[in-house]
Amino acid sequence: MDMFLLEAVINGLLLAGVLALLALGLNLIFGVIDVVWIAYADLVMCGMYAVYWLFAEYGWPLPLAFAAAIVGVAALGLLVHLLIIAPILTSAPINQLLATGGLLYFLQSFATLLFGTDFRNIGIRLPIIEIGGIYVSYARLLAFGVALMGAIALYLFLKRSYVGTAIRAIAQDREIVGLMGVDQRRIYLVTSAIGGALAGLGACLLALQYDVHPFIGNTFGPLIFMICVLGGLGNMIGGFIAAFIISQIIAIGGYYYSTELSYVLAFMLFIVLMFIRPQGIVSR
Amino acid sequence: MKENSVVVLVGLAILIALPLVTSAYFLHLAIQILLWGFVYTAWSMMGRFGLVSLGHGAFMGIGAYVPALLWNYYDMTPWLGIPLGVVLSALLGLVIGYPCFRLKVVGHYFALVTLALSQVVLLSIVAARDITGGSLGMTPRSIGHSWYALQFPDKIYFYAIAVIVWLLGLIVWRAIDQGIGREALEAISDDEEAAAAVGIDVTREKLRVTVISAALTALGGALFGQYLMYLNPESVSGIGVSLQIVFAAIAGGMYAMLGPTVGGLLTIALTEGLRVWFGASFVGAANSIYGILLILFVVFMPRGILGWFEPARGLRKVAMLFLSSRPTPAKAGGAPGPGNH
Repeated sequence: MDMFLLEAVINGLLLAGVLALLALGLNLIFGVIDVVWIAYADLVMCGMYAVYWLFAEYGWPLPLAFAAAIVGVAALGLLVHLLIIAPILTSAPINQLLATGGLLYFLQSFATLLFGTDFRNIGIRLPIIEIGGIYVSYARLLAFGVALMGAIALYLFLKRSYVGTAIRAIAQDREIVGLMGVDQRRIYLVTSAIGGALAGLGACLLALQYDVHPFIGNTFGPLIFMICVLGGLGNMIGGFIAAFIISQIIAIGGYYYSTELSYVLAFMLFIVLMFIRPQGIVSR
Repeated sequence: MKENSVVVLVGLAILIALPLVTSAYFLHLAIQILLWGFVYTAWSMMGRFGLVSLGHGAFMGIGAYVPALLWNYYDMTPWLGIPLGVVLSALLGLVIGYPCFRLKVVGHYFALVTLALSQVVLLSIVAARDITGGSLGMTPRSIGHSWYALQFPDKIYFYAIAVIVWLLGLIVWRAIDQGIGREALEAISDDEEAAAAVGIDVTREKLRVTVISAALTALGGALFGQYLMYLNPESVSGIGVSLQIVFAAIAGGMYAMLGPTVGGLLTIALTEGLRVWFGASFVGAANSIYGILLILFVVFMPRGILGWFEPARGLRKVAMLFLSSRPTPAKAGGAPGPGNH
């Protein structure tokens, strides 16, 4: 196998980790609250700006900036639920999608207003590791590892804790859970905060690799959606698998053709799969 | 009916008189309002029946780029290039619509498919940067005043074109509104299974409005390209454009004939107003406000501004489309008669 192709494959694999983490957050929200946050990637953008300002401009230590970004985006997730989703919880799904579409529009424009359209970098250059002639960026490796750990932590939380059990129960049957004495509104809030926190964690990992600008959400937001829908909206394991398929298409397509064409390929695959398997590639 | 004709005549008189009394700047705004109003009207032909597309940027992009590319590389007049773009866009609408409607991809799944479609068009334009100029955009080759090239430095010509096209949009909107298909489409958006059960060809009805909407949107995109003489993938096909279309149509009111135009008026007035008051450094302010307004409209006023002034006759549809996903028994008041908007 071609060395450069192998490198592309490995980099795609590493990217998949972060995408899978974000898809997990979105899927959690969809599975539990049954809404599509189309502005999810823009919450990630907010987190990346938080890391940039706290670390690069105000000189906070990186771990502290990361923690603040995660907490901040989690709070943002809470606000999104309280201010936008809660009032229209029973409306048609398309309304919820449009309302969060308004949020997407707002966040991108407001970030442009506040920060301009400059590309900003937190200014950390992590080393590049060479393993047997293959060059892998340390930042990506780190991001992959942390994303994986985040996913495992979420899994354990959902499986082992009381709140996690309640969350899974709601995802399975909304009506019955209320009768079992679970406060749905509280669970929704917790879920939104966890979804936000995952976006914040994703933001920290992406801030290590990419420059932040107001429209960065547009570059991978549609990807995350595609991954969630491919895996079956609300299906976390499906989303996890889909993240790896999509990022391989992009990595290998990008190697043979160009990045844009590989995205075109991925989106076309998405459209076709929506027709033939709307429930996702992995059925529950 | 008589009162209506008076209103129409007065409206037309104002449109004709407008260029005589306004400056070039206001004429520029009027052209934009009319062209955007036309595109929003085209979108609402689908949107009002529950077919919420987040991908109209795809149709605008094809409509704008096809004639511009044919003009720049093959000297083909836009008189041929624009119809070609419109036909291609309608075909795309057909190709994406048919499987969607056949396989019952509805609601937010439909929105996501169309969003992916606009991304496909956007990224294809960027990827073909050797001929389209990629993200930097492109300029149709300018040859000054020419009917052949559909290029007019004097704004009055485009104003006339914009008025005609906008009227065309309203006529089509009205034809759909008063046609037999409307009842069928409303039945479909209320309850697709029930509509199919009483013998409505769901796929066909949906396809018809989708193809019309795609074709008109492409025409709008083409005229924007000819008028502004600059094309950019993000500004014709980006997510922002698609969301702006949705916002304006909802804000103006997609159930009334002039609603989408009011949406155009509102968005242009807001953008220009903020730009004039606060200067160009305030870039993003108008869009931030749109974003918040879109949320507020969806939450509190899904029928839009014109929806406020409508009598309660349309409440049934709102109830069906927006307040609850289940059909409600509130069908009192009789079927709305055509033509009393």
